[in-house]
Amino acid sequence: MLEFFLSLLILTGATLTFIGSLGLVRLKDLYTRLHGPTKATTLGVGCLLIASAVYFSTTDENISLHEILITLFLFITAPVSAHLIAKASLHLSLPSIAKAPETNDNNQETPDKTAEDTSNSSTDEDIEPAEPELPKNTTRSPEQ
Amino acid sequence: MLAISIQIALALVTAAVVMSFWRLLRGPDIPNRILALDTLYINTIAILVLLGIHLASALFFEAALLIALMGFIGTVALCKYLLRGDIIE
Amino acid sequence: MTRLLPHPVLTPVLAIIWLLLNNSINTGQILLGLIFGWAIPVLTIHFWPEAVSIRKPLVLLRYIAVLLYDIIMANFTVARLILGNPDKLHPIFIKVPLDLTSDLAISLLANSITLTPGTLSARLSDDQSYLLVHALNETDPDTLVATIKHRYEHPLKEIFESC
Repeated sequence: MLEFFLSLLILTGATLTFIGSLGLVRLKDLYTRLHGPTKATTLGVGCLLIASAVYFSTTDENISLHEILITLFLFITAPVSAHLIAKASLHLSLPSIAKAPETNDNNQETPDKTAEDTSNSSTDEDIEPAEPELPKNTTRSPEQ
Repeated sequence: MLAISIQIALALVTAAVVMSFWRLLRGPDIPNRILALDTLYINTIAILVLLGIHLASALFFEAALLIALMGFIGTVALCKYLLRGDIIE
Repeated sequence: MTRLLPHPVLTPVLAIIWLLLNNSINTGQILLGLIFGWAIPVLTIHFWPEAVSIRKPLVLLRYIAVLLYDIIMANFTVARLILGNPDKLHPIFIKVPLDLTSDLAISLLANSITLTPGTLSARLSDDQSYLLVHALNETDPDTLVATIKHRYEHPLKEIFESC
């Protein structure tokens, strides 16, 4: 019974991981491709890690829960990296199937907003308005 | 039964690694490659966990944890470079 | 009190992470975990911009349960879309106006959006007034915005910003 449950978890996890990477190959543009790895792969690896936790808890004499740590870590970090990749590609104005919103406008037309940004999360937004293309090793203004 | 399902799962995850690698080589641009790398490290964690169950060894856990940490930091650093042209400010 | 224990929530969280890392619940490890949980917030006090206050823990638990259910359902949705015909997808960018003000609540909302069915948060506007969301297959943007606001934003506002 336990073996059946473990096999089910492992096969579900592996299938989800496979589907996530399949999305990477099949889908047409970057923004739709982002959906596969962030959702399917994360839950797939989560399933595998839970299977591993159950396996080691039942075979060894003491309970093994440290796999939960990786699962939690992945569930917290996967959306963050997806958000960053999406933001980077919006910044580079990559082609998209969906009609892209005025991607760089709020960076290029309102540079005075940058002075108000105080928190860490929002300082990411104020990209240098003069350089929409990929910046090389530019000298940076000291107040940033 | 567990042994067979682990073999099947390893085959599926290896196929996933191959597909992510294809996207990494194909591109066509940098964000796509970053996404492929991101998927690749999560697939590597899956392989390590499967091998851990297969070989009944808890030693793979530390490697998986380190890859999770380093992979995330790598993705963030690459995206930050694309966004700002610099990593440490 | 605030100098000695700057983040009351962070201390037990760090202690639990230490115990999970060591994979044991000896008395010694619990003590060491509590010491680390106390020392790390005190030493890194300048890196934490705002104090976390959870007003309604029960709502938070219900929110986590809803989120887990949605994550699992999201995977079947996305898996079906990936296995289907990629030419039939109808991706779209949607602006979701935000009522939240605290940074933590906004980042939790963005993470929840990314983990749930067919949606992905792409960027936050400079003045934090709206979130740009990419939907994988959506023909009815208004319903999606209403769902996000009702299902995720409302409980988050209750948990972190209730008056």
